[in-house]
Amino acid sequence: MDSSTSKQSVYPVYFIRFGIILLALGMLFGILGGLQYAVPGFLKEVLSFERTRPLHVSSVLFWIILTATGAIFTYVQEHSQRRMYSTILIKIQFYLLGISILLIMACYLAGMFGGREYWEYPPYLSVPIVLAWVLLLINFIRTVDSFRNQPVYIWMWLTGIVFFLFTFTESYLWVLPYFRKHIVHDMTIQWKSYGSMVGSWNQLVYGAATYLMCKISGNQSTAFSKKAFALYFIGLFNLMFNWGHHIYTLPTHAYVRQISYAVSMTELLLLGRIIWEWKQSLSAVLKFRHIASYRLLFAADIWVFLNLILAIGMSVPAINVYTHGTHITVAHAMGTTIGINTMLLLAIVADILKHQQQGNSVGKTGFWLANISLLLFWVSLIVAGIWKAHWQMSANPPAFGSMMQQLRPFFMVFLISGITLAAGILLILFSLLKKELHVTSNQDF
Amino acid sequence: MLQDRAKYSIAGILVAAFLGYSCFLYADLPPGNKQPLPSADKGKLLWQQYNCGACHQVYGLGGYLGPDLTNSYSKRGPAYIRAFLQNGTNIMPNYHLTETEINELMNYLRHLDASGNSDPRTFTIQRNGFINQ
Repeated sequence: MDSSTSKQSVYPVYFIRFGIILLALGMLFGILGGLQYAVPGFLKEVLSFERTRPLHVSSVLFWIILTATGAIFTYVQEHSQRRMYSTILIKIQFYLLGISILLIMACYLAGMFGGREYWEYPPYLSVPIVLAWVLLLINFIRTVDSFRNQPVYIWMWLTGIVFFLFTFTESYLWVLPYFRKHIVHDMTIQWKSYGSMVGSWNQLVYGAATYLMCKISGNQSTAFSKKAFALYFIGLFNLMFNWGHHIYTLPTHAYVRQISYAVSMTELLLLGRIIWEWKQSLSAVLKFRHIASYRLLFAADIWVFLNLILAIGMSVPAINVYTHGTHITVAHAMGTTIGINTMLLLAIVADILKHQQQGNSVGKTGFWLANISLLLFWVSLIVAGIWKAHWQMSANPPAFGSMMQQLRPFFMVFLISGITLAAGILLILFSLLKKELHVTSNQDF
Repeated sequence: MLQDRAKYSIAGILVAAFLGYSCFLYADLPPGNKQPLPSADKGKLLWQQYNCGACHQVYGLGGYLGPDLTNSYSKRGPAYIRAFLQNGTNIMPNYHLTETEINELMNYLRHLDASGNSDPRTFTIQRNGFINQ
């Protein structure tokens, strides 16, 4: 174990600060993208949509990945009561990721692509990301040391790190002609990797949130319980095998659809658990509502409930045939990324930046503004999606441009609620960073 | 509390099943796949190079600003597609593509069109929730 430096724990906070900057940028590019929906042709010659979309998506994805990484570094040290195995590995990881992200953003701004959805940048920029992830895996395993009798969040972090590495690499199989030459096969493998990859970063974030929940309640036993591990294994099972619900309409093997449909339905158990434990959750809310992190965790719980209903519905092929390719899919993606992942990560940031005081009116205003706006945003996308589903199933649909024109009122609601949602999140961030500026040193554990 | 041995066993079975399923899928080509012409493969790489998927969908996957192009080749015809590629629209920029690039993209769209049907109106829904294409 490296004990050569006393500044070791500064780096987790650097990951989080960089993540916060990317979240702010992601929201800015998201608003620009929303304007391009509401005002067709907006900035077409300067920053057209094929640039704003990856700028938005990558910023938000790297916010999730960097902040989750910072959280894991912080919490694994708290949990194990020891420093990370190597500071040097953390530093190398930080600079590998940081420089890659800056180059990726520069490529997008310059219109240099070559990759695919989520990772549209030139493929060679993925090499340092893979290297950084290998370093994280080594550092994590060496720090945890023994995996005997560990709580569920250690399992979740290990799962997230290993599966992200696997699926991220798998998503580049297309560079080999064998995988690229057959369109349907290629898309099957592409969405296999993406479906599982989303599950892998969810494991990172949910693991950190589980740790935080145990920390707030002061009850570690729940992280060792049979129920916690049963839920973890259901999550892992879905991560591995439910990805086919993204490609029900692709003419691939029927067994891909059948396996995914059956596996996706096990998520009903998660939905049932939320309903079953509703009263218990509510009493915990009343007990811990003064804690900023807890309020954000509870908001994420509600978004889990809403998005799980949507996800289960979309996982039934007979329903998916209507929703696929419509804005209902976008509602699900935004609902989970903002409502679940971002709310959980903000809760974690509040904890790590030591910001749990009562009566912070800016933070509370931001919290309510963000959640109410997100609801409007989410509903506007679902209604737009229903409209598009009706259009694509019509016997004689009008032209695509006419349909998009009809959707403009929903795009306006989507844009305005998107702006207020960004304002709400910025208020939350402002309250967190304002506090951090007044704390002289919170880097030591 | 679940014993470590039980956890390792469940995780081991799941990981083995996942790896087995992955390898099987890599090797098992879907039915009806045809080998593309080299120029169609180049067109596919151009599709990525210009990030066409940010606005357009293939089999309902991709962006939402423009239409799904899976079967555009047979539905709209090559002349219609060529006009868009040459000039852009009020939303889509003119990328000033060369004649070779336009031909490669057209070949990709033709190959894509031949790979299957993405029109959801043609799918039949079964009582158990499955769909037939």
